[in-house]
Amino acid sequence: MTTISDPSVGTTNQSFRLAMLLNDTRYRSLTFQFIALVAIIAFMAFVGGNLVRNLAEAGLNISYKFLGEPAGYDINQRPIEYDSQSSHGRAAIVGLLNTLIVAVLACITATVIGVVAGVLRLSNNWLVSKIMSFYVEIFRNVPVLIWILIIFSIMINALPGPREFKGDTPSASMILFDTVAVTNRGVFVPSPEFSNSFASTEEVPVTSTGMDWLLILAALVLSWIVATRVSQWASKTQEETGIRPKTWHMRLAIWAVPLAGVLLFLGLTWNIPELKGFNFKGGLQIRGSLLALWFALAIYTGAFIAENVRAGIMAISKGQTEAAGALGLRPNLIMSLVVLPQALRVIIPPLISQYLNITKNSSLAIAVGYMDVTGTLGGITLLQTGRAIETILLLMLFYLTVSLLISAVMNVFNNRMKLKER
Amino acid sequence: MKKTVILGALTVAGLAAGAAAAATLDDVKARGKLNCGVTTGVPGFAEPDANGVWQGFDVAVCRAVAAAVLGDSTAVEFVPTTGKTRFTALASGEIDMLARNTTWTFSRDVDLKFEFTGVNYYDGQGFMIPAELGVSSASELDGATVCIQTGTTTELNLADFFRSNNISYEPVPIETGAEAVQQYNAGACDVYTTDASALAAQRANFEDPSAHVIMPEIISKEPLGPLVRHGDHEWGDIVRWTLNALITAEELGVNSANLAELSGGSNNPEINRLLGTEGDLGAMLGLDAEWAKRAIGVAGNYGEVFAKNIGEDTPIGLARGLNAQWTDGGLIYSPPFR
Ligand SMILES: N[C@@H](CCC(=O)N[C@@H](CS)C(=O)NCC(=O)O)C(=O)O
Repeated sequence: MTTISDPSVGTTNQSFRLAMLLNDTRYRSLTFQFIALVAIIAFMAFVGGNLVRNLAEAGLNISYKFLGEPAGYDINQRPIEYDSQSSHGRAAIVGLLNTLIVAVLACITATVIGVVAGVLRLSNNWLVSKIMSFYVEIFRNVPVLIWILIIFSIMINALPGPREFKGDTPSASMILFDTVAVTNRGVFVPSPEFSNSFASTEEVPVTSTGMDWLLILAALVLSWIVATRVSQWASKTQEETGIRPKTWHMRLAIWAVPLAGVLLFLGLTWNIPELKGFNFKGGLQIRGSLLALWFALAIYTGAFIAENVRAGIMAISKGQTEAAGALGLRPNLIMSLVVLPQALRVIIPPLISQYLNITKNSSLAIAVGYMDVTGTLGGITLLQTGRAIETILLLMLFYLTVSLLISAVMNVFNNRMKLKER
Repeated sequence: MKKTVILGALTVAGLAAGAAAAATLDDVKARGKLNCGVTTGVPGFAEPDANGVWQGFDVAVCRAVAAAVLGDSTAVEFVPTTGKTRFTALASGEIDMLARNTTWTFSRDVDLKFEFTGVNYYDGQGFMIPAELGVSSASELDGATVCIQTGTTTELNLADFFRSNNISYEPVPIETGAEAVQQYNAGACDVYTTDASALAAQRANFEDPSAHVIMPEIISKEPLGPLVRHGDHEWGDIVRWTLNALITAEELGVNSANLAELSGGSNNPEINRLLGTEGDLGAMLGLDAEWAKRAIGVAGNYGEVFAKNIGEDTPIGLARGLNAQWTDGGLIYSPPFR
């Protein structure tokens, strides 16, 4: 295009004329982009202005003051401290954290399921590959909301209620040496507690605080740094001498000793759930609503990821596998060293979309009463304050930010995995 | 107004309330149908029967308004709404009125900009629990898991009640009454709480109603009544006075048995004004003279509607209690027709 357009490029210093904005291909596209931009901005301003005017006419005005007022309602799953006297803003944050919790859990699980199912679907074993295609077709062809409801109603109807653990001859009992209770209200597991917690004082005994976990994290990071050093040293030795020194016992010690030390210092004990009154008390309750939402999102999206994985693997030409085989690599090494690293380049971009889908689909949470950000801010807060526009705008902002963050992180990962051309 | 309509759709639907404000009466007449918001199903209050015809105590209010305005009690489009969708449906103009056991509160009236046109049931929030748990008072509920409907006053009362009694609970938020009952019956929650009338209504549908007790404590005031949008006072008046007509009819002894006879004229001037044989109250409302007669003609007066749908002879078995006429020591009281 550019070559035929303007013979005078770079020769004479022809002065700029206004008509060139349209006639000169060097400027024309810029001109149109500019016009489109102005039109979009004008349209947005018009829509926004209209919204504000109509709201004013209806006697409503945009105000976020409600975020500071007491919410008045309770939330069952609270990753941070919250009670009914906390503000609507805090309720929104609790909801946001709950959204992130289920999204992260579901993304990880969906990836594991997807990779396994995708690889197995290509298996030479007829039965295995048919079972996997059955899984994929069943799960991706039924709406995720239905899966959420199915899993949830199976859980509440098939699992025993806490009442059934009661009495002399209970019809249900705890599993794993009486430490875990599986009920229709969720799964109760032992939770760690620290008898020497940082936040604990003589008067107020506290069993865990952010500082404790930070210390544990610090120990793990330290172990990780040392462990990478050790494997670097091992690689170097291997290059120099041809023999790779055995390091597994070193690495085991590097990971275990600091962690054990920190836990001992904090005085780790386990809080085991126990049936008290209406319900199990103590330990960590993984609620039925979280489980249902988590598994439904994971198996549903897992089916899509399985297809992405299969596509990625099939994109690698068979010649590669054969060549690797000719070099004497065993099948699982061919998969992990030759095929998957290349397939990842095809798999990751659609995987980003799947992660975004999980995050957005998690807003179906209210179907099972999981209090995500759509349930708190976009649900109860919206209803109790009537601030629909404000809450919906905030919700959009939340989801947009989370989605963009996921995209950004995954794009960084994608760039590292990309074929580095020399 | 044109662009308001188009762009209103672009903004969050349902908030261009100003656009839909005026002249609901004209809209209803032009449409030939009243759009009335009801519950998604609470026995005795609003539920489709075996033939798909909506029946119930709240439904009767919709039908009375339709009869008064359109002369046809079946010219009603019932729109099922949940605790979450009801206010948006009303504010957006999707429905002309809401009759869905909705509590009259300050913020709904003032901040959400609705106009409550009276109270058709004075209620309060109660708790229901399986009898086998052996709990007799709400103060023994420490640690219980409680099913609640989101977007209701119930949710807020509950938080206040447990907080002020210094006991803990685990809320299970649920969207519709039917789902709440399902979870309660599956044992996913120990306690179900909502308006006491709705508890009785839903319990009546259980396999074994006697296996569940409604606790004596009533923890809130829940005056339930029909409501319309702020701003259209003429329409608000019609809904308000239709309900008042049913109430006044009971007070004055007008019922479905003697309605035809009394509308030929009687020696009680207030009955005559109510039934349109004297004065022109109907014209003041923008309706004809027989509007109230038609409204009462649908299913009788307030007392008859109560007895037929939720009264002591029905499976729901609610006593009149606070909902008796003021002359019988209750709170049901209509301003005079004059
Ligand atoms: N009166 C309360 C509660 C109203 C309410 O939601 N009641 C439930 C009782 S079960 C109901 O009508 N549910 C029927 C439905 O979900 O459609 C309010 O106005 O917030």
